[in-house]
Amino acid sequence: MEKFWNKHVETMNREQIRETQFDKLKALVTNIYTNVPYYRDKMQVLGIYPGDIKTLDDLSSLPFTTKQDLRDTYPFGLFAVPMEQIVRLHASSGTTGKPTVVGYTRRDIEMWEECMARCLAMEGADKSSRVQVSYGYGLFTGGLGAHYGAEKMGAVTIPASSGNTQRQIMMMIDFGVTHLCCTPSYAMNIAEVMQEMGHTKDDFKLISGCFGAEPWSDSMRSEIENRLGLHAYDIYGLSEIMGPSVSHECRYQNGLHIWEDNFIAEITNPDTGLPVKPGESGDLVITTINKEGFPLIRYKTRDICTLNYEPCGCGRTHVRMSKPAGRTDDMLIIRGVNVFPSQIESVLLSISEIQPHYQIIVDRINNSDTLTIEIEIDESIFSDDIKGIEDFQKTAGNKINSVLGINAKIRLVEPKSIPRSEGKAKRVIDRRSLNV
Amino acid sequence: MFKQLTVFLENKTGRIEDVTGCLASEKINLHALSIADTADFGILRMVVSDPDKAVAALKEKNFMVKTADVIAVPMGHNPGSLHKVLSNLKELDISIKYMYAFTSRHKEYDSIVILRLHDQEKALEKISGISILGQELLDCLNES
Repeated sequence: MEKFWNKHVETMNREQIRETQFDKLKALVTNIYTNVPYYRDKMQVLGIYPGDIKTLDDLSSLPFTTKQDLRDTYPFGLFAVPMEQIVRLHASSGTTGKPTVVGYTRRDIEMWEECMARCLAMEGADKSSRVQVSYGYGLFTGGLGAHYGAEKMGAVTIPASSGNTQRQIMMMIDFGVTHLCCTPSYAMNIAEVMQEMGHTKDDFKLISGCFGAEPWSDSMRSEIENRLGLHAYDIYGLSEIMGPSVSHECRYQNGLHIWEDNFIAEITNPDTGLPVKPGESGDLVITTINKEGFPLIRYKTRDICTLNYEPCGCGRTHVRMSKPAGRTDDMLIIRGVNVFPSQIESVLLSISEIQPHYQIIVDRINNSDTLTIEIEIDESIFSDDIKGIEDFQKTAGNKINSVLGINAKIRLVEPKSIPRSEGKAKRVIDRRSLNV
Repeated sequence: MFKQLTVFLENKTGRIEDVTGCLASEKINLHALSIADTADFGILRMVVSDPDKAVAALKEKNFMVKTADVIAVPMGHNPGSLHKVLSNLKELDISIKYMYAFTSRHKEYDSIVILRLHDQEKALEKISGISILGQELLDCLNES
């Protein structure tokens, strides 16, 4: 039988969804126009005022919000409530060391918990479940996001965080874990280590896994399901909004239901910004209509997907987005962390007198993402002294780690060994194949 | 002091052969060679008959190549001779960045150690009791 966390909301008819969206949108626009000068200025430039929002379709007259807006207003410039009402901050890495900061009020956390609980229920979890959260805990939204939802549901919640895989597996077996939340690549890693430890999937009591924070393919889904003996579901979210549980797959696994009582989803043409025809793919744009601390108007996620409003077999009426099929920018997702090549470039510039030729190589080795930065050695780095060269590698590695929050291997290569096309080096090689 | 060649090499099959090929085609003779290696790369250090010509030829082939000033100390070709040189340096509190040794057909200089010293300029001012060879060694080796 289909399980719901909030059946009334999850199954209300399309008309009701549109009505509630319109009411919340009107309130939101008035709120940000009054309380967030940055939004007010942008609206005034376009000559849009709160009174102009007369139907839900008027949403498309509002300005987009981009990652750049978030950077320009660092740290708290887009917050819509006084700081006294903020109870938590999350942050993701930024281009020059300055992160993107998202503040949550008590009510925002409750909304997030509710969304996460709905997602877990969709997988068949309830308060008798045991949920191991193996997303990283901390500024990253994965760990705490999944944790609060599982706890809200009343499930036994195990805050395992990431790392120490052998211990994770021991807990999963000994505690009888039924639901696992982590990145899909970490799930594969768990499967590998489980085998090395001499366990089989029959030692687990796993029912389902809630996997997200990075793109993954259907073939990877089958492999995880076969090896861990569970149903693998995709969960979607982004740190700018609230991490996991913006949308999630139901057991029909034909798209991810977006919680439309909290978010309005649009698909726009990434070049023109205009809405695409129904069913066409484009940039997913999200407006958060139920967030107090850090509401976003028409945020360009840069994730490419389609929307499907057809009724779903599970009974939920909320629109389904397709699994994101790529990005409209050059952002990479490495071990769940968002990485822009420009971040790496600025680090390299800061440690070398001249901009070295470099190449970013992302690969998946033993089911874990690896980041290697190949740098062509130049006069300023090279000497007859090995220690000097190794010091350069170490400095570069440490700086990258402090800006991105992930480890990178720095490999020095010979001059002119990185291929150039039309004089310019191809900066990024992503060897992780999502279609194999 | 004289010039040693220093070449950066990725750990790739055939890379040293590329260097020797380049030197061979320029008719440059190799007197001594050593490699310092890490997991990813190596540094090839060489004493060659014509360092300037070798640098130009290797640069032409896109190698990262530099020269470094090193010193040479002749030793007798018999047991304990290297130890004597090193004991002398230890007495003077001079430490060595790297070194490599070779033998040759030259009558007088049949056993040589190449040294790169820490703070080399200052170290050279301190050194006494051992003979230090510079460019003259290279000239002798080239003749013999």
